[in-house]
Order: sequence, then C-alpha cells, then structure tokens
Amino acid sequence: MSASAIFVLDLKGKVLICRNYKGDVDMAEIDHFMPLLMQHEEEGLVCPVMSHGKVHFMWIKHSNLYLVATTNKNSNASLVYSFLYKLVEVFTEYFKELEEESIQDNFVVVYELLDELMDFGFPQTTDSKILQEYITQEGTKLEVAKSKVPTTVTNAVSWRSEGIKYKKNEVFIDVIESINVLVNANGSVMSSDIVGSIKLKTMLSGMPELRLGLNDRVLFALTGRDKGKTVVMEDVKFHQCVRLSRFDSDRTISFIPPDGESELMSYRINTHVKPLIWIESVIEKFSHSRVEIMVKAKGQFKKQSVANNVEVRVPVPSDADSPKFKTSTGNAKYVPEKNMVVWTIKSFPGGKEFLMRAHFGLPSVENEELEGKPPITVKFEIPYFTVSGIQVRYMKIIEKSGYQALPWVRYITQSGDYQLRTNV
Amino acid sequence: MTDSKYFTTTKKGEIFELKAELNSDKKEKKKEAVKKVIASMTVGKDVSALFPDVVNCMQTDNLELKKLVYLYLMNYAKSQPDMAIMAVNTFVKDCEDPNPLIRALAVRTMGCIRVDKITEYLCEPLRKCLKDEDPYVRKTAAVCVAKLHDINAQLVEDQGFLDTLKDLISDSNPMVVANAVAALSEIAESHPNSNLLDLNPQTINKLLTALNECTEWGQIFILDCLANYTPRDDRESQSICERVTPRLSHANSAVVLSAVKVLMKFMEMLPKDLDYYGTLLKKLAPPLVTLLSAEPELQYVALRNINLIVQRRPEILKHEMKVFFVKYNDPIYVKLEKLDIMIRLASQANIAQVLAELKEYATEVDVDFVRKAVRAIGRCAIKVEQSAERCVSTLLDLIQTKVNYVVQEAIVVIKDIFRKYPNKYESVIATLCENLDSLDEPEARAAMIWIVGEYAERIDNADELLESFLEGFHDESTQVQLQLLTAIVKLFLKKPTETQELVQQVLSLATQDSDNPDLRDRGYIYWRLLSTDPLICHIGTLASVYHKPPSAFVEGSRGVQHKRLPGSSQDTGSAAGVTEAPPAVIPSQGDLLGDLLNLDLTPPTTTGPPPPSSGMQMGAMDLLGGGLDSLVGFLHKISAAMPASFNAPVSGGLDDLFDLGGGVGLPMGAYTPPKTIWLPAMKAKGLEISGTFVRRAGVIQMEMTLTNKAMSVMTDFAIQFNRNSFGLAPAGPLQVLTPLSPNQSIEVALPLSTVGPVMKMEPLNNLQVAVKNNIDVFYFSCQYPISMLFVEDGKMERQVFLATWKDIPNDNESQFQIKDCHLNSDAASNKLQGSNIFTIAKRTVEGQDMLYQSMKLTNSIWVLAELRVQAGNPNYTVSTHEF
Repeated sequence: MSASAIFVLDLKGKVLICRNYKGDVDMAEIDHFMPLLMQHEEEGLVCPVMSHGKVHFMWIKHSNLYLVATTNKNSNASLVYSFLYKLVEVFTEYFKELEEESIQDNFVVVYELLDELMDFGFPQTTDSKILQEYITQEGTKLEVAKSKVPTTVTNAVSWRSEGIKYKKNEVFIDVIESINVLVNANGSVMSSDIVGSIKLKTMLSGMPELRLGLNDRVLFALTGRDKGKTVVMEDVKFHQCVRLSRFDSDRTISFIPPDGESELMSYRINTHVKPLIWIESVIEKFSHSRVEIMVKAKGQFKKQSVANNVEVRVPVPSDADSPKFKTSTGNAKYVPEKNMVVWTIKSFPGGKEFLMRAHFGLPSVENEELEGKPPITVKFEIPYFTVSGIQVRYMKIIEKSGYQALPWVRYITQSGDYQLRTNV
Repeated sequence: MTDSKYFTTTKKGEIFELKAELNSDKKEKKKEAVKKVIASMTVGKDVSALFPDVVNCMQTDNLELKKLVYLYLMNYAKSQPDMAIMAVNTFVKDCEDPNPLIRALAVRTMGCIRVDKITEYLCEPLRKCLKDEDPYVRKTAAVCVAKLHDINAQLVEDQGFLDTLKDLISDSNPMVVANAVAALSEIAESHPNSNLLDLNPQTINKLLTALNECTEWGQIFILDCLANYTPRDDRESQSICERVTPRLSHANSAVVLSAVKVLMKFMEMLPKDLDYYGTLLKKLAPPLVTLLSAEPELQYVALRNINLIVQRRPEILKHEMKVFFVKYNDPIYVKLEKLDIMIRLASQANIAQVLAELKEYATEVDVDFVRKAVRAIGRCAIKVEQSAERCVSTLLDLIQTKVNYVVQEAIVVIKDIFRKYPNKYESVIATLCENLDSLDEPEARAAMIWIVGEYAERIDNADELLESFLEGFHDESTQVQLQLLTAIVKLFLKKPTETQELVQQVLSLATQDSDNPDLRDRGYIYWRLLSTDPLICHIGTLASVYHKPPSAFVEGSRGVQHKRLPGSSQDTGSAAGVTEAPPAVIPSQGDLLGDLLNLDLTPPTTTGPPPPSSGMQMGAMDLLGGGLDSLVGFLHKISAAMPASFNAPVSGGLDDLFDLGGGVGLPMGAYTPPKTIWLPAMKAKGLEISGTFVRRAGVIQMEMTLTNKAMSVMTDFAIQFNRNSFGLAPAGPLQVLTPLSPNQSIEVALPLSTVGPVMKMEPLNNLQVAVKNNIDVFYFSCQYPISMLFVEDGKMERQVFLATWKDIPNDNESQFQIKDCHLNSDAASNKLQGSNIFTIAKRTVEGQDMLYQSMKLTNSIWVLAELRVQAGNPNYTVSTHEF
C-alpha cells in the first residue's frame, strides 16, 4: 500500500539510518538511488519518483538529508510524500533541527520513532505531541505502574491527552493572511489570491469543546443573516480535530483543540486584491558597461496601517560589480551570493511612495551563460489587519468543569509568494 | 550527551569487548553495550556474531533496551534462524505482559521476523492479541495478520485469522477498524479473486462511520478501500459521495486526493441531470487548486492526477487556468506538469492569456522547459483553431530571438501547424528559410526539410535548399535522410524538369549507398512509383530475382535498356497528351527519370540526340511535341523554346510588342499559361484568385478560380477593369451565382470584349482589375499573353503582304533568334497557325526555309514576320515588321 522501507541518506547517498518494514524490496537497492538521482540531475529532469528495475524510489530532501521510501507496488504516492514530510515534522519536533548530525546523535530514538510511526508500510501514530508521551529521549525506565499506552493513541481524540491543567485558561488565536501575487512584466496582475491560516495556542484545562465563529458568507447565507461584511472562502482545510461532517452540513467549526500550538485551519480566497505593495521598476542593462535600476515602491493600503520589515529583492546579473545605491528611505544592500539587491524598509506607512536607485558595473567580457529572468520579490507584514476582512466573531469554550476562558485574537497580513516579473 | 559516541569504537577486538560487556551484570553497562551493537549495525558492520549475547539481554524491564534488542532480532534473525528460536519464549511471554505497550511491541516484532520456525509459535499469541482488551494491541495485531500472511498465507487461512480480521471491521475503535481495512486490502491485493473484502452496504456504513473518527492515515486506508466498492445504484453512490465530501477539507493532501479518487469514481454512476452531480463537480475544483499550495512533491502528484482528471472531466477546472501559471521558483518537474495542464485547459476563451504566458516561459533559461513551452504554443495552435494565427506570429517572434534551441523547436512546431492548416501560413516560410543554417538537431532539420518539400512550388530556390542538405547525406540521422528523400521526390513531382539530377542523386544515395533498410525501402518504393519501368518487364532476368531495377546492380548502368509496359504507361505522367512514342534507347539515368515520369522529351520527328532537358517547362515540351489540341501562342512558343538560362528577354532591338511577349511568356512558362495566383488570400481577407487567359473560337476569356480561405461565406461578386492598352473589358457580369462557402473553390470564365476604354499601360499587356464581394473591394493586376489578341482573320493577301513588307521602314524592323527549336518549317507553320499566325509564303534559299507570316491584333494593327529555319540548325531567326 505504501512504503516497503524508509531510508535517511546523507548528501552523498550514504545510508544514515533505515527501517525495513515489509521485506519485499532488497535493502541493497538503495545503492542505486544516488547514481540515479545524479543521472536525472545531469539530464535536467529531476523528478520526485525514480525507478530502477522494479523498485521505485519516492524521495524528498530536507537540509542535508534525503528521505527515501522504496516500494515495488502501486503505492499511494501522495500518502508516501505526506508521510515523509510528517517524518520531517516529527523529527524536527524531537530534535529541533533535522540534519545529518541530529540523526546520528539520536539514533536510538529515531529507531523507536520509525517503529512507532509506521508498521508494515502503514503509517500509524504521527502526532508528535502524543508520541512524546511515551517515546522520550531520556529512555523510559519502565515501572509497571507507570507504563501504560496513552489512551490518546487509540482514542477517537488522538491529538489531546486527558488531565491537562492550567491555572489560567486562555487561548490565543492568530489570523495570518499571506498574499500571493504574480505580476507580469507589463504590470498586469496575472494572478493573486489570499491564503489564510488560523493558528491556535491553546492553554486550556481538561477536554474543552470549542466553537469558532467567523464572518463566513456561506454560514451567513445559511442562517439568513445580512451578508454585509462577510468573506467568501474558496476552499477550507482543517486540522484533524475539526469535525468535518459538521462543517460540511452547517458550517460550524467545532473541535476539541490539541494542547499548545497548532494550525486549526487554512483557507484560500480568490477575490482579486490590489497588491498591497506595488512595485514599478526600470532595469536597464547596457551590455559590457553597466546596469541601472530604478525601483518605486508604493503602499496601497490604508494610511493608518504600517507595513513592517519590508524587503524588496531586485535581481541583478551574476557578473555585476561595484554597486552604488541611493534610496529615499531604508537601506539597500547587495547580496552577491543570491545575485540580488535587498532594499529594506523597516516601517512603510500606507499610501507612501519610496524610491531606490542602484547602479552596477558590468565586465567588458560578457558572461556567456544565459541567465534566467528572476522576478522581483517582496516581503512584508502588516499587523492588525487582514486583507480579506475576515474576522473572528466569537470563540466559545465549554468545559465540563465550567471554567471561564479568554480568547485573544491577533490579525496579521504578510506577503506570500509575491512576484513581479521584469523585462531584463 | 548524544548517541554519536556509540559510533566511535572502531578498534580491533571490538566484537570481543562487546561480548564481555553484553554479559556484564550491570544493567547500565549492558544497555550501553547493546547501543554500541546497534550503532555498529547502523553503519553496516556485521555484528551477527553477537546474536546469543544480545538475545540474552532480551529479558529486561527496560523498554528502551527491549526495543533495541528487538530491532537487532529483526535484522539478524533471518541469518541466524536456529538461534532465533531462543527468542521465541520471551516473545510469547511478552505477549502476555500486563503492559499493553510490551504486548504490542512483541506481536509487532514477531511479525517482522521472517523465519518459518518462529511463525508457528506466533499463532497463539497473535490470536490472543487480536482479542486483546487494549485497542493499541488489537490495531497492532491486525497489521500482524497481514505480515504473517506475507510469510505463510496458508497458515493464516488455516488458523482462521482472516475471519477474525474481518470481524475487526466492526470493532468499536476506529484505529482498529482502519488497520483491519489496511491489512485486508493488502492481503486482497495478493489474492485478486478472493472475496476477502466483501463490501456490502452494512460494512460500507461501518467504514464511513469510522472515517469520521480515525487518524488521517486511517482515513486514507478507508477511502482507498471504498474506491474499490461498486455501489448498487445511483442513490447509494450519492449517499457515499455525500459522506466522503467533507474529507475534501482535510489538511492532509493525501486524504484529499484519496477522497477525490472515490468521488471521481462514484460520480460516474450519478445521472448527469441530477442537481447533486453539478454540486459535486463544483465542490471538486477548490480542493484540487489548494493542493497546488502543498509541498512540491505533493504538488507533483496532484498535478499528475489533475492531468488525468481534466482529461476525463475538463469542466471541473476550466475556469482555473491561472493557478497553473508557472512560478519562477517552481521545481522543473512542477513547471513541466503545469505546462501540460495549461495546454489541456487552453480554450478560445483563455488563449490570449495562455499564449502570453507561454511566450514568457520561452524566454527562460531552462532548456527543457523552454522547449516544452515552445512546443506548447504549437499544441495550442492545433487545439484552438482560432488561435493558430496568433500562435504562428508568437512563434515568429521567438524565432527572431535567434536563440538556437528556441528556433529549432519553433520550426518543429510550425511544421505541425502547417500540416494541420495547409496553405494558410506559407508567408512565414521565408523567415524560416533564413534560419536554415542554424539547425543542427535532426528533428528541426527534418521539419525544415518537410516544409521545403511540401511548399516547393512557393520557394524559388527549393532545389538549392534541398541540395545543400544532400551534401552530407550520410552524416544525417535517419529521420533527416527519410525526410530529405521524400521532400526531394515531392519537389521533383512539382518541378520535374529542373530537379531530375537531384532526385536521381537522392534516390541513389538512399538505395545504393545506404545500409539503412528503412531508407533503402522507401527509396526503392519511390523509385518504382516514379518508374514506368516495372520489374514485370524483366521477368526471368536477374532484376526479377533481385527485385531491383537493373540499374541498381548492373555496373555502369548507362546503356541499360529501360522497358515499359505498353499503353497504360501513358496514364501515369502528367503530360497526358503526348503522342505515343516508340520505346527509345535512353542512355543515362537522368533521362531515365524524365522517361519515368513519362516526359518524352524527344519529338517524334527528330532522330538526333535528345535535347538537354534542363530548364524546359513541361508545358513547353508538350507544345513542341506536337499534337496538342488548342491554340498556341506564338510568343509563348518562342519563349518556351528558349532555354531557361536565357532569362533576359531575347529581344535586343525588338519592338516592345515582342519584348512584352518574351517577358510574359517566360515566367508563365507554357502556352496557355497555367493559372497563377493573382490575388493571394492574405491580401484579400481570405479570397484567393488565380487565373489565366485563353482565346477560344475567337472569344477571349479570362478563366479564374476563386477560393474562399476565410471563415465566412462570400457572396455578391463583381468585377471591373481599369482602362488598358487594348481596351479589354468584361463582356458580361461575373457569374458567381451561389455563395462561396469557406474552403470552397469555384471556376469562372469571364468573356472579354476589346471595345473598352483604351490607355497605354506599362508594360503594354498589364491589366488592372478590381473584384468586389460582400466583404470588401480588392485590387490586383495581371498580364495577359499578347497572342490572345491575334485575330482569326489575320491572314494577309499575298500581294498586299509583299507590298506592305517593302513599305515598312527598316526602323520598324527587329530581329531575334529562337534557339533550340526542333520543328521543321512545315510543322512550325502548322503550329503557329493554331494561334492565328498565318504563313503567307515560303521560300527555300540555300537550304534555309523562309516563312513569311502575318498576324493582326484586335485593334487592327498588323504585324508581319519572316521566320528563317535552317535544317539541322535548331535556331530560328525571326524578323518582324509592324505598322
């Protein structure tokens, strides 16, 4: 159904650790992985699935590691990739950083985790918070009284343990919206959408029942309320804890939250938004002599709002030298290893317009290699504000002990995949 | 303190030391030793020699240590089956441990030890674990049944584990249900015909209930299992779909995709007119689009699947084109897949946007991606007909970039566009030809050669272009060789006289000089198709044994006798009117080829060597071959008889009448000039007019073919002439009675009178025409052959002729020569009479025949001529007098 074996390899393809789950694929097959990958890379046809004879490799790369699953069956590929990414997530929660060293430093726990995360190719418990209850780095000294499977592992509520206690019951809600924009070289917006995410930091005792109310247009339509300030969510994705069938029938978002931090939901909104920071650029390349760059950034959002930590990244040719900058505000810096100028503006009020000029020399002998046309990218965050206008109307918290709990809400809008193509 | 220290011991005698430590009394030391053993195992060292010592550590209350020992067992039990038995007791005991973690661990590990002797002992503990009170143990035991089945299927069946597993589908715990489903699916896979997963509405209902409560992975197992079920009717389909749809909102992409699988399958059963069907379709698009925000590998899987989905149900994503636009930082495999889907979704509605994007991609640097983008433009042109013109102009823009691989790829796709829309975009050929030299990839070369061959008649130097490829014929790839062969044969069929040598050369390169069987086969096929020399004539000879023409194997094929089948051979050539010629002995293969195409170059009356054929138009040969039916234009005859090298008008001091004739005659080639395109479709919003002029029974006619190459119907045709030298005017309206539909052609004959207004034109025989239809008015000019104006009563009285000849001042006389004309004076005289050039008298002086001739133009201008013919000298001398 999924993986026959899982391997963690270093950059040279050496096996750091592996686990054979089904025994139907020769473990030595992994030796073909690296040569195969190099061959694909040479041909410029890298692909996340590769095959050697009857064996198929599905792989992802994380820092200086390759995580590879082998199979000889018609496996569920999306399950395998999801699982590999889950593996990264769990290892990262355990070891902070997942890299070559952390695997070696923790090989005992890694083995234990591999044993618990998957059985005979079937992913099992992968919730790291729950795993941490019975697989710890200290190595559990077993005393009969203490040793019990956390019931959570097999509970219908497999993401929250019982008996959690807080003195002060609080839940923090972060509504984060990322704007994805693709602007053509001629300045027309090719595509734009908003990907929102609602993150929770739950500090609640017991097994609380939560209900989240949003100004969701479909919900308002269902209940016959005024559609005034509502938001149309094109697609919504929920954490395992949310009762999906309930949402499907009456748009109620009800759940028992995981303890601590988690992403409750994400949504996508298609409404066309004005790019919050608009960039106009003139990049003139005079072969063999110089490049002249003029970038104008304009804040197309409310005057009361301020965008923080704005970074406009402008690509420059790889053989450019002797940079000179002039900015009306902020700092411009040449980052040669990334072939770009990064113009940083700490605080960018809405409605304002700033200018940056850059001048680079070009060598008289031209770089023969063709260079791509990387786009200008922009990073920013605007607090206390969502572009879509989404609002948390309420968060109801009911626990049988009847405590009062406070929900805190924060809004922030930030750049997502924010690209403006250039002509040069 | 990290575990990395365990990897550091590499000294000799290590195994011995480890053995001592493993047998130590101190628990802590034992554990450290086991860790060192596992570390060695991890780096690939063989530590199997420690098997008994490690197994001895198995009985411990330390869970971590126990897990390490179990891990060791899983790795080495197979290589030490006999000693593995030692572990069985502990396993059995652990399966009864009060701690469910240990029970589960034991049953999980036992299943992974693929040693027959151990499996026998596994049955009892497994049976107990399947009924364990703790769901954690039951879910682990469920998977263990699948493991055991993999090792010994018979045993699992005999022990009744399959039934127990089926019972677990009704378990109260969703995780147990999910694992039971997974195990049963796995087992069923190796027993395709078994009725293991006996899915019925009751079990389906149980699965759907568990679906809401189990982990994300469990949901995938259940959804994948549901996808194998066939609902009994559309109501059941709908109810399953309704209960699966909420999964589309799960954060895990794999859950979403498995849900999509179930929905896509069950949708097939829903009636299309059902409201729910439409609702469901609408619900599918947003989650599919969201999958494109996942990690790149998951995006890739999603894209590959979306590709399949849009093929089956294009309506789902038809409005979502934009999300497939390629981002600069997408990995290459994502870019390529997105491109594929963009083409699938391309339609008239979004084509402008798609093309703009594709053009952008074509200027990227990743060669594979750029190539695919260029190719995509071609696919758009073929898919969306209305966009073809735009695509072609985009491709031309790209060709202008001169980036080598872009140019080559563009030429390959333009070839496909030409094939799909013939004769529509030939205007770009010139631009393509400019890039001929830069093509170094076989596919691009082959494409260009195909284009040249296909449009040979539109490309003046097609023969030169193809010839240039021929030089390195044997270095070309097969693809190019085959295309070159075909193209040259096509060229030959279109311009036979000029390309005989070329076709002969390529046929010989492809057959005699090539080792490639495909090439040889194709070469011989063409050769024989072109040949009137079928092997049937060689029955009994070596040629019939080899199935090759004699020229293919007879040394110095000159002088080989070429045979013909009588009669029918005349039908194959294009010069259908040639009189039966006796089989001739033809000395060279070059002539053979002319022969093959039934171009009998030798007039029947001549016995001398055949004239050089190059430069002669087919029509010309027909004329001089005699026996042609209709009238012959005098001037055409002259010009036709002139070798092509004689390009400049022969006239020298000729009066402009003859000068004109020569000028007109040459490009038109033959006497009733073949129709030429007067008005190309490009210049007339899709209306193409080709035509010619004839004189029939004293009436001048303009014969035209009107072709509608536009998309809409054309009506209301009318025609008008500008004033011209001889007062030509339409004698009636243009007779186009029915509307002309797209891609339709109509032949029209317009009778002309010579009584219209007169104005001297430059050149004299120029005619300016206006044609109107429902779309617009179009203007063009054409030139008519002057011979059309010679009237039937142009025969002058002998006496008058003599008198007039003398009266005309010498200034009005001009003289020129006609070369290579092989008619004797009588034949020439007969021929010329056909076009109203009358011989008044004939004298023979010193072996020279002198023909005195008269002709009269429609405007009553007389022209007198003297034609001197010397027997044996193919050159005629003409002197003309005009008044």
